[in-house]
Amino acid sequence: METIKLNIDNKVVEVAKGTTILKAAKEAGIHIPTLCYLHLEDLNIENKPAGCRICVVEVEGRRNLAPACVTECMEGMVVNTHNIRVLNSRKTVLELILSDHPTDCLICAKNGTCDLQSMAQEFGIRKIHYEGEMSTYREDTSPAIIRDIDKCIMCRRCEMMCNEVQTVGVLSAVNRGFMSVVAPAFERNLDHSECTYCGQCVAVCPTGALTEVDHTNNVIRALADPTKTVIVQTAPAVRAALGEEFGMEAGTLVTGKLAAALRRLGFNFVFDTDFAADLTIMEEGTELLDRLGRFLGGDKTVPLPMLTSCCPGWVSFFEHQFPEMRDIPSTARSPQQMFGAIAKTYFADKIGVKRENLVVVSIMPCLAKKYECQRDEFGTDGNPDVDFSISTRELAHLIKQSNIDFDSLPDEDFDNPLGESTGAAVIFGTTGGVIEAACRTASELYTGKKLEKIDFMELRGMEYIREATIDFDGLPLKIGIAHGLGNARKLLQDIKDGKSQFHAIEIMACPGGCIGGGGQPLHHGNSSIIKARQKAIYREDAGKVIRKSHENPFIVKLYEEFLGKPLSERSHHLLHTHYFDKSKDITIQ
Amino acid sequence: MAIIKLSESKLEELRNVCKSFNNEKGELINVLHKAQGIFGYLPAEVQEVIAKELNISVAHVYGVVTFYSFFTMLPKGEHPVSICLGTACYVRGAEKVIEEFKRILNVNVGETTPDGKFSLACLRCVGACGLAPVVLVGDKVYGRVAPDGVKDIIAEYAK
Repeated sequence: METIKLNIDNKVVEVAKGTTILKAAKEAGIHIPTLCYLHLEDLNIENKPAGCRICVVEVEGRRNLAPACVTECMEGMVVNTHNIRVLNSRKTVLELILSDHPTDCLICAKNGTCDLQSMAQEFGIRKIHYEGEMSTYREDTSPAIIRDIDKCIMCRRCEMMCNEVQTVGVLSAVNRGFMSVVAPAFERNLDHSECTYCGQCVAVCPTGALTEVDHTNNVIRALADPTKTVIVQTAPAVRAALGEEFGMEAGTLVTGKLAAALRRLGFNFVFDTDFAADLTIMEEGTELLDRLGRFLGGDKTVPLPMLTSCCPGWVSFFEHQFPEMRDIPSTARSPQQMFGAIAKTYFADKIGVKRENLVVVSIMPCLAKKYECQRDEFGTDGNPDVDFSISTRELAHLIKQSNIDFDSLPDEDFDNPLGESTGAAVIFGTTGGVIEAACRTASELYTGKKLEKIDFMELRGMEYIREATIDFDGLPLKIGIAHGLGNARKLLQDIKDGKSQFHAIEIMACPGGCIGGGGQPLHHGNSSIIKARQKAIYREDAGKVIRKSHENPFIVKLYEEFLGKPLSERSHHLLHTHYFDKSKDITIQ
Repeated sequence: MAIIKLSESKLEELRNVCKSFNNEKGELINVLHKAQGIFGYLPAEVQEVIAKELNISVAHVYGVVTFYSFFTMLPKGEHPVSICLGTACYVRGAEKVIEEFKRILNVNVGETTPDGKFSLACLRCVGACGLAPVVLVGDKVYGRVAPDGVKDIIAEYAK
C-alpha cells in the first residue's frame, strides 16, 4: 500500500494514498467537526456532498479553505484544523445555517438529539449575526413520518439513504437556490409517493426535519381509560437498544428492565412480540416446507424462492416496485400483526374482554410498523388488530415522563400466555435471524431429527448479501439473505431474470435488520452501535433455555386450543395476508 | 394535479427519443429538452415515462426539471408571448410592457390564460436590440413596443 506523509496541526501523519484529510485527522486523534458528512463504516454507507462547509481546514499554499471530508491528502501537505481563520469561517458558516433555521429548539422533537443544536452549543454560538428571509415550506404528515422542511439544512443524507442505499427513490432535491428543498416527485406528500416508511431518512436526519409520528399520547390516553384493557408487545430489537436512551453502553441487554418498565407504565398485560415471532416461524416454516415438497414432487409452478414477509418496509417496496412478483413472498403476516390478530381473538376470549375494549400497543424499532398496523386488511369492522405502534425512542420518552428510574428497575418476566418465547424469536431482530430461526424449525420438521448444532453460523454476519447452503439431511437448501432495500432489489432482479438459485431468501429493509431500524435510538453515524446490538441479540439467544420456535410450550398450546395446525383454515384467516399492486400506471389514451 | 391524457403516438415518439439516447441516465437533460419540444411542456406523466425509460426515480427527473428555468411544467398557450428582458430592452422600458400584458391578460409571468390562448414568459435577448423593446408572439417579432401598443398586439390574436 502506497502511503504519504503530511502534517496536521503540527503532527506528522502517515496515511494511505487517497485518504481524505478528515480521515487522516481522525487517525491522528483530531476530531474535525462535520454536519452533512456521514459514514457508517461497517455498512459501507457514506454521504459526502461537501455541502455544509463546517469541516473546512486551512491547507498551506491554498488560497481557499478546503472541505476536509472530500479533500485528499497530498505528500508534504501542511494542514491546520483550528487556527483563527478556520474557526471564524466555521462559525460564520454555522451562523448562516442557523439564520435560516427555526429557533424553537425547546419544543422540537429532536431537542437534545439534534446534531445542529449540539454543534451550536459546542461552538458557543450565542447570537446569530445574520437576519433575513427564512425559507418556509408546508409540513407533510404521513402515517409514519413527518417532514418539517423548515428545519432541513440540505445535508442530503436522507436523499442518499433513500436513493443509494434503499433505491426507493422517493426523495430528491428540487427547485433551485434559496427555494430548494428535499421532496418527493411533484412535491407530493409522502403518502402519495412510493415511500416504504423504512425510516432510514429519519435515522440519519441531523435535525428535526424528519421525525416519526408520535403516538405516545394515544398510549397515555388508552392507559388512563378505565373501560380499556391495554396490552403491550415489544419487538426483539428493542431490548438490545433501549438501554442507550438511558446512558447505557450500546449492546446492553435490558429485557428484564423493559418488562418491568412496561408493567409500571400500567399495561394490564406485558407480552412479547417474540411469542408471535415463534408463531411466524411455525406458519412461514411450514409454508416453506409445503412449497418445497410440492416443488420436489414435480410441480414446477410453485413460486420459489420463498421470500420472508416480516418486514413492512420490504412489503411496501415490492408492492410498489415489483408488483408482478407479489405471489413469491410468504403469505405469513409479520409478528406484530400475528400478535394483534391472536390477541384480539384467542386472548380476548380467554380473559372475556370484547375486542373493542382491548387495546394492543406495540413497541417497535421501526417506523413502517406504524403504517403497517393502519393497513385496512389488518383489522375487523374498522377495529385494528394493533391499535398503536410506538418506536424505541418514543418508549424511552414515555418511561422518562412516567418518573420511572430505568437503571434501578429489577429484571422481571413477560406475562403469559403471549409472553413466552424462544431464542429463535429473539434473533428476528438482526439480519439473518429470521431465516436461521426458520431453518432451526424447518430442518427438524423435515428430517424428524433433533439438530445437533442449533447455531447456523453461516447465516450470520453483516455483509449486505450473503448466501449459504443448509443441509436438510441430504436436501441442500440454498438460502439467500439481503438487508437494505437496494440489496434486496438485486436479489429480486435476479429472480425476475430467472437467475436466482435460492430456495428461500430473507429480506430486511434496514441496514443491519431491525437493530438498525428507523425507530431505534439514533446512532449519529456510529455504525459500531449497530454491531454491538447484533452481538447482544445473539447473546440473548444463546442464553435462552428453548431455542427453537416449535418447542415453545405456549405455541404448542395455542395450536392445540385454537389454531389446529399451521396453515389451517383459521391460521389462514388470522395469520396470513395477501399483497397489492401499488405501482401507479400512467393514463394512456 | 389534473390528470392529462397523453396520446399514444406522442408517447411512442417520446420513447423513441429516449431510445435514440440509448436510455442513458446521463442523457436526461437532452431527453427533457426533446420532450418539451414534443409536448410543449413537461407534465408529470411525461416525466414518469422518462423516469421509467431511463431507469431513474421520478423524484430525480422532477428535481432536474425544477432546477433549470428552461423547463416548464405548465402548458404554453396557443400564442406564447415572450418579452425580452435583455439589457437594451430593459433600459427602453420592457418592464412596463410586461406589466401591461399582465394587466390585460390577467396572468403572471410563467402562466397561461384560462382559455389556453396566451401564455406569458420572459427571455433574454433575441438579437434584435435595435428594435428594443422586443416582444415575440409565437415566431413573430414585434419591435419598439410601447405599453399602449400591447392592447393592439393582443387583439390581433384574440379572435
